Parts: sequence; structure tokens; C-alpha cells
Amino acid sequence: MSTQVQSTPTKKANDLRRFSGKSSGVELRDITKIFPTPEGTGETIAVNHINLSVADGELVTLLGPSGCGKTTTLRMISGFEYPSAGQILIGGRDVANVPPNKRGISMVFQSYALFPHLSIWENIAYGLKVQRLPKDEVIARTDAVIKLMQLEGMERRFPNQLSGGQQQRVALARAVVIEPSVLLFDEPLSNLDAKLREHMRDELRSIQKRLGITSVYVTHDQSEAMAISDRVVIMKDGNLMQVGTPQEIYEYPNCKFVANFIGKANFISGRFQGLEGESAIVKFGDGMRYLIPNPGAMEGLRFGNPCCLAFRPESVKLTAEGEGIPGVVKRATYFGSKIEYEVDIGSTVLTVEIYNPQLSRRYQEGDSVKAVLDLDCVRVLPEEKLTIE
Amino acid sequence: MAVNRVKQKSDKPLTHNSGRNDFALLLRQPLLLLTIISIFVLLFIFVILPIFNVFKMGATNKDGAFSLQPFVDILSNPSYRQTFYNSMKLGVIVACVATALGYLFAFSITRTEMPGKRFFRTIATIPIISPPFILSLSIIFLFGRQGLITRGLLGIKNFDVYGLRSLVVVQAISFFPVAFLTLSGILESIDDSVEDAARSMGASRWHTFRTVTLPLSVPGIISAMLLVFIQSLEDFSNPAVIAGDFSTLSVEAYRIITGMYDLHAGSMMAIILLLPTVAAFLLQKYFLRKKSFVTVSGKPTQKRRKIHEKHIVVPLFLGCLLVSAIILLFYGTVLVGAFVKTWGINYTFTLSHFKFVYSMGWDAMKNSIILATWAAPIGGLLGMAIAFLTVRKRFLGRRVMEVASMLTFAIPGTVLGIGYVGTFNQKPLLLTGTAFILVAAFTFRNMPVAIESGSTTLLQIDKSIEEASTISGAGSGHTFRRITLPLLREAFFSGLVYAFVRAMTAVSAIIFLVSPRWPLATSKIFSLFEASKYSDAAAYVMIMIVVILVAIGIINGLVKFFLRPRAKAPGREEVERAILAQGGECP
Repeated sequence: MSTQVQSTPTKKANDLRRFSGKSSGVELRDITKIFPTPEGTGETIAVNHINLSVADGELVTLLGPSGCGKTTTLRMISGFEYPSAGQILIGGRDVANVPPNKRGISMVFQSYALFPHLSIWENIAYGLKVQRLPKDEVIARTDAVIKLMQLEGMERRFPNQLSGGQQQRVALARAVVIEPSVLLFDEPLSNLDAKLREHMRDELRSIQKRLGITSVYVTHDQSEAMAISDRVVIMKDGNLMQVGTPQEIYEYPNCKFVANFIGKANFISGRFQGLEGESAIVKFGDGMRYLIPNPGAMEGLRFGNPCCLAFRPESVKLTAEGEGIPGVVKRATYFGSKIEYEVDIGSTVLTVEIYNPQLSRRYQEGDSVKAVLDLDCVRVLPEEKLTIE
Repeated sequence: MAVNRVKQKSDKPLTHNSGRNDFALLLRQPLLLLTIISIFVLLFIFVILPIFNVFKMGATNKDGAFSLQPFVDILSNPSYRQTFYNSMKLGVIVACVATALGYLFAFSITRTEMPGKRFFRTIATIPIISPPFILSLSIIFLFGRQGLITRGLLGIKNFDVYGLRSLVVVQAISFFPVAFLTLSGILESIDDSVEDAARSMGASRWHTFRTVTLPLSVPGIISAMLLVFIQSLEDFSNPAVIAGDFSTLSVEAYRIITGMYDLHAGSMMAIILLLPTVAAFLLQKYFLRKKSFVTVSGKPTQKRRKIHEKHIVVPLFLGCLLVSAIILLFYGTVLVGAFVKTWGINYTFTLSHFKFVYSMGWDAMKNSIILATWAAPIGGLLGMAIAFLTVRKRFLGRRVMEVASMLTFAIPGTVLGIGYVGTFNQKPLLLTGTAFILVAAFTFRNMPVAIESGSTTLLQIDKSIEEASTISGAGSGHTFRRITLPLLREAFFSGLVYAFVRAMTAVSAIIFLVSPRWPLATSKIFSLFEASKYSDAAAYVMIMIVVILVAIGIINGLVKFFLRPRAKAPGREEVERAILAQGGECP
């Protein structure tokens, strides 16, 4: 876009709005998907009674380990899979009886799935030609997307003559050109190498923001999810574990799984002893009681329940003397921007990250240290989160 | 947040299953559903029903009552028992010889740096597309009573060319391409790096071959042997003319029906022929499924140097060369035979045989071309459609469709012919004597090859390419025409060629079905053969070869023209005009 001369900023905004004219929200109501097991003897629950609402123009990421049901959920929205129970609403309309090709949605595939026998221009124009639009309209709209994606000059090439990043842009162009109500992304960046992945991630996000098309994005890469999402949905074994902005999810995880899955986390087990004002009281095996000033939602915790303190490796500092939890350095790994220590404190092993290691004291394996927690950054989580079997 | 709500829901029974889901999806695509139903109906009428009728005829007597008398008759007749043993013996010997030849070619071509690979590859495909009778003709020319080698060079009088020996030679050459194709597919899919790993641990070439390459190609070897075995049993044209006293099942069934007018005993004979071929076919499917342990790596590995040591390559090269020389000798003999006055006596050049063929009229040849021209695209398209449906779609009876459509490969032409005669000689399916029944026989008999190559190609194409078309708004039909079919063009082309050639050269399937109204070229050659007019038959075969080669060229051109990718995009002016017409501004 930067190479083009635009008349006025408002016109540019209007131009871009062209692609999201039909954008609309998505709602999943109590969606369940059951597959027969590969042996055909039983059934497995791939998606378990999930509810999710995606607002118009929002980018929501489904994040989770493989087999958590995120791709199945995406494929149910696309219509390639059909929910065993529950409703899917696109723009308020129940799409149970609408086949994938009539849903007015688009999808960017993990493998791009470009048509290898068609030129780039034909790839992008494909969806418009399917609709049997007038030739002029097809040409004009295709051209607009080609310019938007900076694919000028590639029209006559075949997909295998393009670089990975260009192929990615063609896939996005093909998805955007039909002005979908919802744009689905199925791990679109997983085929790119690390450097290009970051670049495309930012580009994808900026295009999605500018166009304002409702998007559902599936990935297993947590940093990708953090970087591009308005909201992140953490899934595990077919269940929604937590929904929230990247910041909420990272700073206020609601269970050990989420805390562990997004970034790294340390856990120290204890027992919940009630509240004192805003602060939570937690008792430990050695009889010590701690006051946690900012414990988080503590969903489902009752007096006397087992719980744990959760905190990020960067919320811990190490000192050689003074107050702190005593421990021994088990391992020190140098990463350049940080040093990662593993510190054995008896009941568990803490992971500690010290950023900008040039400025701090270095410890060797076997050194005795004290771990100092920044209590404001500590959350109290239930020991076991309840999920249905 | 999910904790509380989820608890309430968990007691609700979950009864839905995905089978219903597939059906629900299908119901919303009426065109797809209609296609599936039509294919089932076609398969039922033209595959299942005829086979069922063969069994019915075999198990009833002339009054239509159930009877195992034909079965008992055949079992108690020592000459029929001998026929069964003969067929099995021939099948096993040919399977071994042809597979050995196929392995020699496949290994040399895929695994070594032997020169002349293209030439050997071509040699190995000639027998597939050549008309029937041609190898039998040349073995008679070379080793017959007036044979060039037996009589001419060695001076043997009354050498008996007819029998098992000649059949083994002729069938081994005819069917080794099947083994070659199967084995080269398998050998190509063995990752080079596995062999490199063995070599790097100090194994010699021979040790590597014995402990790595050969074990990995075992499923392919067994599968190739079974395929050749089936073909040998099914073969009608060669045993019909050079078996002599060595009776085989397919010919015997024909003789019983046409000579003794006993459709019931003939059907029983057909069943006895059918059982081993179907068994071999199912076994072959089983072994090929095991192929999955062959190391197939999707990533293009670095091109590495193949076997190049002289002491390995030279013997392999000489072996391939010897086999090729024999094949060329056989084909060359027929070519010469078509142009000499009287083979064995007067070798002067003449066009009289072609004149004779010309005087017979072109009806039969024209009919063959017309029917093959109908059968090839129908079979090719139907094959691609079935491959598409069975690989890509989920529906009730998908496996049934897969097996039923592939089954005709295992059904000998003789058996299918008997089934068609028994099924389509009464209303409402009165089709005997029409061209339609011939086209149907060609279509369904030759379809499995198209399905096979279509399925193999489809399995290598990422499914999401078709999903991308669907999500762009295209229905199943549009996706099939615009995306799947063009991607399958190689498979489609080979399916078309195979279907055309096999329709032109079919003998066994049509001997019961040809009628005076629709005489066919192969039945003409057969009658020339039976009248011992070998040079006239040779001339006819030569004309057929020319027709087939021209047809392959035309099919190739058509497929290229219609399905070749073209880099299409509108020109600059066209784009600007369109933008203006849409009320936009040009930069």
C-alpha cells in the first residue's frame, strides 16, 4: 500500500471497508462434537459443550495443544464438520442447514491450498467467478485485492513460482476477495520459517485490523496468539479453559494448565485459608501463612481447599543473602537476553529468569541462593481445575 | 469460567454420531447424492448383477431349478480337473517369470545409473498397448511348423510350438509390464537415505540389497506376482490360439458354451476361474495395504548418486538389453510377416495381405474405433468420479463402491461376458446385440485402472485444496470440474489411453457379445487366426497398432488442450477499463 498514492485518508478507510461490508459476528452455542474412535468401537468427545461469542470485527484465537479440539471447532464453523449438538450462528443466523460453500465465509489453510494449476490471478478471482459476477466486477475487485496484498506483477505466475510469504499473501487475498462474513485461519503460519513467520504475523494482523473482518484463528503457538489476538481462547481436551485478552490470560490465568501453557509458570502448593480484605491467605506445609495481595479470581476455591501460588519466572529475583526462600541452583542456562536458573527449594524446583544478565550477579550450579517473590505478581489458583470427564 | 456450567450439562446423554452427520451433509448436496446413487445403480446393473447371474446359472439346471450337477460333473471329469491344474500351473510360472523380469527392469531403471533408461521404459510399456494375438503370431512365425528359427535356421520339421512353453513365453512378455509398473512404484517410494544408512554402516551393495532394498520391496513383489497371476488366468486370446492340447479355464468355458451350448456348465467353469482370480485380487489389496511401512518421505531429498559400479550396472544392462532384444524380435517378426508372401516358403515383399484386409471391409475396425471412442471418456470420467468420491467423500456404502468398482479387474473377461449374456438377454434389460452392451462391457471392465491411478494421485493431493474451492463458494460439481479433474489430468490421461486401448484390443469380454450387427476388429483377427491366415492377421494387427498410436496422440493432445494449466490474467488495459466501469478511479 505504501507505494500507492491515496487521495484522502477517509477514502482509504472507505476502500478498505469494502472488504468487510458483510462481516458479522459468530456465536457458538453449546457446541459438541463426537467422533467415533479410530477402531470404531467407541466415541471420543472432540469438542465439549463450548460457548463462544465473537464480535463483529474481532480476532479471536483458539489456542491449545494438538488434539484439544481447536481445529474441529474451526471446521464446524466452516461447515466441513457438523456439530453433534449445539448451534452455530453467523450474523445471528443459524447455519445448521447451510453447506460450507453457502456460508459466505473464507478460510486460510495451513498449507495455503492454492490451486497449483491456476495462475495467481485466477486463484484470487476464483471465488468471484464461482458467484458468476459480471466480468468487469471480477476484474476490478480482484485487482483491488492484488494491490492491497502487494501482489502486483505476480498475476500470471503459478503458485509454485512464488516464495512462501507471497503464497501466504495469495491465500489471504483469495480469502478476502469474496468479502466474507467471517475469516477463518487454520494455523496459517506454521509452514513458514521463524523469521518470516513473525513478519507475516504482524502483516496479517495489520491487514485484519485495517479490513475489520471478523476472524477466528487457530494456532498452537502461544506467542503468535498473544501477538495477533483481540481475545484468546485456551482449549484443552475439547473444553474451553479460559477466554480473555492476551494480557488477562497471561497475568490472570484461571488454572494451572493455562498458566503453564501460556509462558512458563512456577507453582508452590499450599492451602487456601480465606480472605483478608482483597488479599488471600495461603498456608504452607511448614506452617507459614502468606498474604497474597493480588490473588486473581480464585474460581471455585473454598476455605481449606488445596491451592497453589502461581508466578512467572521473571517475577522472581535471586539474592545470595537476606530474606527469601532458600534453595540451590541446579542449572543455569545462558540465552543472551536472559539467564534461566533452575532453583531447587526442597518442595519443588523453581524456574527463574533474570533479564539483562550483564547487570546482575551470576550464579553457578551448586550455589546456595534465596528466591525473592514479587508478591504483587503472585496468583492463587485451585490445585485441580474441574473439567468434565 | 467453564466449571459450573459444564457440570450441569454433563448428565445430558450424547447420542449423536458422525454417521448421521455425514448423511446430513450429503442431503444438502442433491447433485452429489444423485451422482452417488447413479453410480451405485450402474455398478449394481453392470457388475454385481452379471456376476450374480453367473453364479445363478452355474448352480441351476436347464429347467432353472437349483442343482449342483454342473459342479459335480466338472469335479468328476478328470480332463476338467486337468484344465484347472493347467491354469494354476501356467499362472504360477508366468507370475514368477514376469515378476523377475519386471524386477530386473524396475530395479535397473529406478536404482542404478544405467544408460538407456528411456528406451527400456518404452520397451516395458509396448506390451501393454499392443493388440492381442501379436505375440502368439510371432511365436508361430518363429517357432511354428514353418518357423524361421525352428525350420529355417535349425531345420527341425514338425516342431510343436503349441503348449505350455510357448504360453509361458508369450504371457511373460505380455504381462511383465504390469509387474514392472507395480515394482517401480514401490522401488521409487523407498527412500534412498535408508540405503545410504546401511551403506554408511559398512554394508556392501549386495548386503544392502539383500537386507534393506529387497525386504522393503517384498510387498511389491508379492503384489506384482498376484496381479500377473490374475492376468494369466484371465488371458483368453493367447491360450485360444497357441495352447494346443494344453487346455485352460477361460478357453474351456468358451468352448463349452459355444461348442456344446451348455451355458450352465460354462458358467460353472467360469466360477471356477473366478474364485482364484478374486482371491488373488483380495490378497493383492491386502499386501499393498501393508505397503505403508515403506518409507515415503514427502520432502524432496537431495539427488544422490545411484548405483554406478560397473560390475553391477553392466550385467543388469545386458539383462535388460537381452529382454528388450527378444521383445523387439517378436514385434519385428510380425511386422515382417505382414509384408511377405508366404511365411517360411516365400519371403518376397508383398502388400497382398493388406489388400486382403482391405477387401474384408473396414466395418469391424470402424466399429472398434467408434465403441472405444465411446467407452474411453465414459470409463475415464466415471473412473475419476469414483476415485474422487471414494477418496474424498464420506457416505454410507463408500467401501462397497470402492470394492465393487475395482472388482471387475479381478473378473476375467470370459466370466463378465457370460454374465452379460445371461443378464441382458431379456426384458427389461434386453441389450444383447446392441452396441450399448459392448460399450458397457468395455467401460466397466477397464475402469479399475482409471480408478486406481486417480485414487493414487488424489491421495497425494492435499485435501484442503478442494476445501479451499468449497469455502470459496463452489459446489461439489464445480470443484470436481475446475479443481479435481485438472489436478488429476495425468491419471485421467492414462485412464483414457488404457480404456481406449483395452476397448480396441478386448477379446475375452466380447466373444460372447459380438453380433453380426457389430462385428469388431479383434474378432476378425481371431477368425483369421483360426483359419491359419497368419500373414493376413499380422497385417490386420499392424493396422490396429497404427490406429492405437494415432489415438494415443489425439487423446494426449486433447487432454493437454483442455486441462493444461495456462497462466491466465487480464491485461493492464482490461483491468483499468473494468475499474472505470465499476465507478472506481485508476491510480
